[in-house]
Formats: sequence, C-alpha cells, structure tokens
Amino acid sequence: MAGQVATGSRRGLRSALPLLLPAYLWLTVAIFLPLSAMVFFSFMTELPLSGKAWSFTLDNYASFFSQPLYLTLLAASLRLGLEVTLWCVVIGYPAAYVLAKVLRGRSREAIFLLVILPFWSNGLVRIFSWAMVLREGGILDTALNAVLPFKINIDLMYSYPAVIIGLVHSYVPYMVLTCYLTLQAIDDSLIEAGRSLGASRLQMLKRVIIPLSMPGLVAGAALIFVPVVGSFMEPRILGGRTGTFYGTIIEDQFVAVFNWPLGAALSFILLAVVLVILALASPVLRRAA
Amino acid sequence: MRMPKLTAFLTATAVFASALAATADEVHVLNWKGYGADEPWAIAAFEKATGNKVVNDFFNSEQEMLTKLRTNPGLYDVVMINAAFNDQALAEKLIQPIDVSKIPNYADISPDKAGSPMLNHDGKVFGVPWVWGLTALAINEKAFETPPTSIGEMWNEAHKGRVTIRDDAVEAVQFGAIATGQNINDIKDMEAVKAKLTSLMPQIRTFWSSENDWNQMVASNQIDIGTYWSGSADRAKTHFKLPVSLVIPGEGAVAWLDAFSIPVGAKNVAGAEAFINYMIDPKFYVEWVTKVGAPVSANAKAVAALPEDAFNRKVMGDPEVAKRIQFQAPITDAQREAYLALWQELKVNVK
Repeated sequence: MAGQVATGSRRGLRSALPLLLPAYLWLTVAIFLPLSAMVFFSFMTELPLSGKAWSFTLDNYASFFSQPLYLTLLAASLRLGLEVTLWCVVIGYPAAYVLAKVLRGRSREAIFLLVILPFWSNGLVRIFSWAMVLREGGILDTALNAVLPFKINIDLMYSYPAVIIGLVHSYVPYMVLTCYLTLQAIDDSLIEAGRSLGASRLQMLKRVIIPLSMPGLVAGAALIFVPVVGSFMEPRILGGRTGTFYGTIIEDQFVAVFNWPLGAALSFILLAVVLVILALASPVLRRAA
Repeated sequence: MRMPKLTAFLTATAVFASALAATADEVHVLNWKGYGADEPWAIAAFEKATGNKVVNDFFNSEQEMLTKLRTNPGLYDVVMINAAFNDQALAEKLIQPIDVSKIPNYADISPDKAGSPMLNHDGKVFGVPWVWGLTALAINEKAFETPPTSIGEMWNEAHKGRVTIRDDAVEAVQFGAIATGQNINDIKDMEAVKAKLTSLMPQIRTFWSSENDWNQMVASNQIDIGTYWSGSADRAKTHFKLPVSLVIPGEGAVAWLDAFSIPVGAKNVAGAEAFINYMIDPKFYVEWVTKVGAPVSANAKAVAALPEDAFNRKVMGDPEVAKRIQFQAPITDAQREAYLALWQELKVNVK
C-alpha cells in the first residue's frame, strides 16, 4: 500500500517536472544564486572586486551587536512595520468587505480598478507625488485653506507621519486583495443563517466574518510587514531628518561606502529577525486562521 | 532608490563588456550624470570636430566609479576622478600616465592645479585638472535681506527647521571641521566636530542628496540656507532661474578638484586625449557656463574668457577667497568608515 502511494507520487512528480522546471530554474538563477553570493560576502573582510586581500571573518555580524545604533534602528523599523500593517488593516479590511459583499457588477469592477491602480504606477512616482501633496504650500495645504474659513498650516513633509502615509498607500492594495479573496469565499448562506438566528451585526463580524477571513488578514499582514521593515526609499524621501531606518543604513553600506560585507551581514540579520518573528507568530496565527 | 541602478549596472556591465568590444573610434567616458561631458551640444561639436563617437556612462559615487573601473578593464577611455581619489586609483593600477604633450590646452592650466601632488607621481601626470569648485553655503534669497557672511548662520534660531545639509558623511564631517576652525584634512578634535554637528541637527529640515532635491526645496520655499556645491548654485541661478546665491563663509569652505584620467587598457588613447583637450578648451567652457552653469575651469584662459563680472571669475578668482578655502586631500577607507559611523549616529540620535 505504502509502496503504491510512493510510486504513484513519484510518477506524479515526473509528469509535473516540466511544469515546475521553469519556475525553479528562475528561482535558482534569480534568487538563490545572488542570495548565496551575499551570504558569502557577509563573511568576508573585503569585496574580492577591490583587488585587496580578503579573508573570512565574523566581524560584520559582531558589529551589529557591538553598536547600539543598529539595534535602535532595527527596533524603529519593526515598529514602523507594525504601524503600517495596522493602518493597512484598518483601511484595507472594510474596503475589501464592501468589495466582496456589498458591491456588485460594474461598480465593483470600477472600485477594484481604483484599488489596483497604485500598482500600475512606479513606486518613486507615487512617493514624489506624496511629497507634492504633503509639504507646506503643497496641494493638501492649499486645498484645505481654500475651503476652510480659518487658516491652518499643514506641513507633514519630512516627518514620521509622512513616511507612514507613503508606505500605507503603497501597501494597502495587498491587504485589500488578500482579504477580498477570503471574504468573497464566505458563503452568503452562513451570514443569512447567523442573521436568522438573531446575531447582531457586531456579533456577525466577530463570530463569523472575521474568523473566516482570517487567512486573508494573516497573509496580507505578512506580505506588508516584511517589505516595510526593510524599506529605505520611502523613509529617505519622505522622512527628512527622521527618515533614518534600518533599511536606509543598509543602503548606505552598499552605496555610500561600498562596504558590501557589512551591508550583507546587516541584511541577513534583518532576514533572521523577520523569520523568527514569523515563526513565533505562526502558532498563534495558525490557530486564528 | 539607488539600489535598482546598482544591481542594474552589475548585470548590465557584464553584458556591456562582452557585447561592446569597443570599436577604435569610440570614446567611452565615465563621469557623473549631467556634469558637462554628457551635454548633447558638446558631444555633437566634439564628434563633428574629431570623428570620434562619444559613449557616456555614469556613476553615483566615487566608490561606484572605482568599482566600474575594476570590473570593466579596457571598457573606458576617459574617466573623471576627484583628485582626492586619484591616489587610490593609481595604487590599484586602474589609471595610466598621460602624455600631456598630446593635449595642447594642458599648457594653459593654472600651475597650482596642474602641479597638484595629488595628480603627479614620479614626474608623470595621472590626471588632467578639469574644473574645481567649493562645497560652501547657498541661501534662498527670499529669506535674507543681506547675505550672511558666517557659517554660524546655519545654527541661527531664526532658521530652525529650514536648514539643509547633504546626506554625505565625509562632507558633513569636513563641514563640521570648518565650523570648528580645524583643518579638514587633519581633524584633531573629532569630539568638537561631533558636538557642533549634534547642535545643528535640530535646525535641519531634511538631508539633500542630489541637485534636484536642493532646487525643489528652494522652488517650494521650504529652506533658507544649506550646504551646496558652487557649480550647482550657479546652475540653479542661471539655468533654473531660482533665487539662489552662493555664500563663501569667512570661516572657509571645502574645495575639490575634478580631473580626467585615462584608465589602464584604454582602447582609444588618442580619442581620450582629444576628448580631454576638448573638455578643458575655453570655447567649451564658456558655452557650458553660459548655457548650463558650471564650476570653475582649471584652465586659466578659459576663466579669462568669461565676462569680467561672472561669478566664476570675480568671486571664485578672488585671492581673498583663495586664502580661505581648503582643498580635499585623499582619505583612507578606515577614515571614511569612521566618518560614516559618526554621521549615522548623529542621524539616529535625532529621532
């Protein structure tokens, strides 16, 4: 019996191989090889490109622990990741619910298009347009002052809130899409059954809708949290003097001083920390999902 | 933001090196983007005059430039190197001696630049001085009735939240050295520099990294004063008609010298010599200053060809200014990393 299953699955694998090959070939060439090169770099004293003598060392990893600077920044970046994820849930989940359960037909397509639209524009363009909106004398400031009877001064540019706004805008579509998929899969008859049994709207949400859509929420949160922790472009452009995060100092190591080994080591520490967080969270999340 | 470019260049250079086995009459030039050598009118004039075709490639930092030279031996014919990096390029055997007799305009280069010990080794010339300039202060003219004269204006409470400084560790530390009255190439009291820069942080609105950042902030009236490059301030005023003027503070300013070198293994040395000669020619320089705005030419005749009241002639040529400025000397990798550590610490503590 067991043997039969084994041969069966092996035959399945053989026929699946041509289908899997392109994806795995691509992953090997585009992700696995460069990543292994970076792991290799992170243990070196110098880049071999520079023509200087190099040797293996653990110093790059040690410097993370010897300088409080890196820990402070990592904490700041993790906090940024949590805050952005939270705002994405607050904004994205209701939107996904309306898309999945309230709107139908044309209007759903139109709203869906609006949600996807930011994906079609370049990230830098998005961030620079926020710069025009948020600064003093910018679009938001001018528009509000034109409408309001009293004078207010809105200058969000180069601040922590500006970074949050820019990142939430970039990543909220992920949350909308993942939640939309799980919310749409909820059978309407379950909702009707709950209603007919006398559940209030809040009870429906707490007992039926949120638990059933949890996988979408979790997937969206992971998709958003991980890249935000390592983000460097948005903080640099929108954050001004408060825009130094873990991602920006990794960028500095690569671009400004060409210390690739240290930059690589810092990146892998970030990767490890993120993996640990996801691993610690996974039992909780799995139960929830 | 700069990372995609970086990875793109790593893959692109591999393709480049194999596919573009440079033909003899092509001149491959490596320089900053938007820095004279890629002006379309200049390339057209040079190509017409010499029959060489110019192929431009760019770098975003001196380290990137050195890496491009290391990883692409034989690809480039001309490279623009800040004189402070000439030593390092030579030590790594990336550049070759230049036969200046093939470059007629070399004779007109002012002797203090041509004779710079950073560009000459064992009686051989490894860099032809092109232009020099200052990292000084620039002001938003709308914010000042009379231009300030002291570097201390950056710390003036009146400009709180309206000051900018470049996000560059070396520039920031050397700026701090000038503000504390020290020699930028021999900083004795690093603690004083750190304390001075720490007290500057609350004044700062944001850090700039490109000319475009600076000009945008002035155009939208977000800053009053900040560190800026002399050539860029000139470009902002001439080309973009912005209310920007350069201030060379009484305490001094950081000066840099940019020079052209020929990489080891260049395939078109004759074309490289012709290109360098063209770049230091007075005719090109005057056109560059008038049309676009530029730093100061190292060629004395080129500067003399400017109108008498031109900023690059009147102010930058002033002997009083010459006394105040300090030219950047080479710095070691260890110093650079120490400066970066200091700078990052300052930026983190401000949070």
